[in-house]
Amino acid sequence: MARPLAIEARGLVKRFDGTLAVDGVDLSVPEGAIYGILGPNGAGKTTTLRMLLGIIDPDAGTRLVLGASNPQDVARRIGYLPEERGLYPSMKAYEAIAFMGALRGLPLAEGRKRGRALLEGHGLGHAAERQIRQLSKGMAQTVQLLGTLVHKPQLVVLDEPFSGLDAINQGKLEALIRGLADRGTTVIFSTHVIAHAERLCEGIAIIAEGKVPFAGLVDEARDRIPAQVRLETRNIDGAWRAALPRATRREGHIWHFALPETGVEPLLRALIDGDAGILSLSIERAGLHDAFVAIAGEAAAKEMLARDPADAA
Amino acid sequence: MSAADHSGRLSLLSAAFIIARRDFTAILFGRAFIFFLLGPLFPVVVLALAGGVGAQVESQAATADVGIAMSGADVDAMLAAREQLAARIGPAIPSMVELERLEPGEAFDPVAVLEGREGQLAAIITGTLAAPELTATEAQLGRWQGMVATVAAYAADGDRLAFPPVATRQVATSGATENAGRLRTAQGGQLLLFLLIMLLASMVLSNLVEEKGNKIIEILAAAIPMDAVFLGKLFAMLGISLVGITVWGGTAAVVLIAGGVSLSDYANPGVGWPMFFALFAIYFAMGYLLLGAIFLAVGSLAATVREVQTLSMPVTMLQILVFFLASLAVTRQGEWIEYAAIAFPLSSPFVMVGRAATSESLWPHLVALGWQALCVALFIRVGASLFRKRVMKSGPQSATASRGLGRLARSAFSKRSASKT
Repeated sequence: MARPLAIEARGLVKRFDGTLAVDGVDLSVPEGAIYGILGPNGAGKTTTLRMLLGIIDPDAGTRLVLGASNPQDVARRIGYLPEERGLYPSMKAYEAIAFMGALRGLPLAEGRKRGRALLEGHGLGHAAERQIRQLSKGMAQTVQLLGTLVHKPQLVVLDEPFSGLDAINQGKLEALIRGLADRGTTVIFSTHVIAHAERLCEGIAIIAEGKVPFAGLVDEARDRIPAQVRLETRNIDGAWRAALPRATRREGHIWHFALPETGVEPLLRALIDGDAGILSLSIERAGLHDAFVAIAGEAAAKEMLARDPADAA
Repeated sequence: MSAADHSGRLSLLSAAFIIARRDFTAILFGRAFIFFLLGPLFPVVVLALAGGVGAQVESQAATADVGIAMSGADVDAMLAAREQLAARIGPAIPSMVELERLEPGEAFDPVAVLEGREGQLAAIITGTLAAPELTATEAQLGRWQGMVATVAAYAADGDRLAFPPVATRQVATSGATENAGRLRTAQGGQLLLFLLIMLLASMVLSNLVEEKGNKIIEILAAAIPMDAVFLGKLFAMLGISLVGITVWGGTAAVVLIAGGVSLSDYANPGVGWPMFFALFAIYFAMGYLLLGAIFLAVGSLAATVREVQTLSMPVTMLQILVFFLASLAVTRQGEWIEYAAIAFPLSSPFVMVGRAATSESLWPHLVALGWQALCVALFIRVGASLFRKRVMKSGPQSATASRGLGRLARSAFSKRSASKT
């Protein structure tokens, strides 16, 4: 039986001043999934998320978010962390969390209580009474993230959540996202760092120039590219070489080629019969980066890497 | 808090309340609030100082002596007559000083003395009591010719003049006094209303720009209707305004009472003081909401303080014109200009405050308040719509903003909104 969908979007279109920003985006995000939207800067990630949240309305297409065609009708069940982080500088940390909860219908007193507890739980108990302007950037980002979660949303939408975080905090955030999914919360986030999506996501949508050339499971994306075979032989010549695919790359006694559609068994038989002298043979599944390059194109991949090489490491 | 069910979203009013509460407390307990409260005192102090200095300059300038250059006996007689007449005529009689006691046949040139521009001499009397001659500028001749003749006549023959006693009966006021007083109250009320509305409506604009700078606007837009953000901000500043007015009004009352000033010293407004104050507060709220809605809509276009200043300038100029219209209308009661000013939403509160001062009728206020409430609802609706459509623009927004209010007005009726991609 198919899992119910937390988000279902069909043919979302958005134009700004005549420019097509999003062009027919389809998305299906199952409940409880961690779902990534991958794409370079300006691809339409933020616009897509904003349409899914009801911040802006699409020019065409339909969206069902937690079963509602108008996402604002289920705003109390959604948490949102925008890419451009913002908090009131004069608010105390726990008050900021409570305020964000209040916007989602959480009573202020309960929000304050939860705010203190969340800060304590994330090692920021000492900062609860401090004003946002007195916190470091990383601490303020954590406060905003906690404000996104304080009302225990069913759906959490994060726009470039790893942006600006150091490696340690990126790891913490990954753990937090996994924890949310373990508790049944659907998490959808946009990112230009493929590694995060590869480590975290069950499903992804690759978005480039407003279109979604791929949306589905991470495994399905990888399967778009055949597995890569690495073969090491004692001999470098013989009749067995005819069994190797045409696009084979040689490095001394090592051969690289895509796994043939017929599978590895006919190839192995030919290598053995032809006395290639197999020293090692490994089949490596394509990574998400390779899949992204194949689907979105080399240019999009380069742009993503160029935007923040440190993040991509 | 009354809100929708947990699975839904906050109602418009609940969401607006959250925004209003946040803004209200943030401003009230902010460090800048004390300066906000003290702000209006600075112009008052400056005006008082300017007024004091101005009065001193004016009194200095007003001191103008009429010099007497006659025979010694005539000089004495003129000065004595002037003193006696001053007691009856008052300040209208000019100050006179001895300039020369001339010997018989001695020549004296008053023109040369006046052109010497020394001292405070404004005119010179020469000749005799029977034939005095006044030398002065054209303006002073017209002013003092009759007075000099009177003094000279009294000096020559004063003993034979008889001044009949005039019986006096004092009344508290008269039609002319009452009307003039009420008109002054109307004008004062309008001026106060104008200053308060301009001060506070521009504050709501700064508040919004600060919010956009904080990048928090997107969090608000994702969680609650933008109409609620608009309403919340508007009413938070109204609350702050009322706190400010209470403090300023209370301070003014204490100062005036301490200074022995009573409202009874002033012309009673047509509707009476208690109703006048009540109507003033209501018209302030109406005027503020109307202008605040415009400023907020303008603020949704602007990304920086500079853009705010540029975009709000036409609105400010319009408001000044509206104030002049209202000031004119209060002196033209019953004429078409007054009705036009009442019908025009932005000037209506000002004109009606004037009317509350000058007229006893209450029913026009009911009609005007109904009309203004309708306009407030319309302005807020259109303003919120613009706010919703434009406030989430980023990136190319600045360029859009500079295209001006025409674009703003058109966007109120278009479905287009924008976002960063």
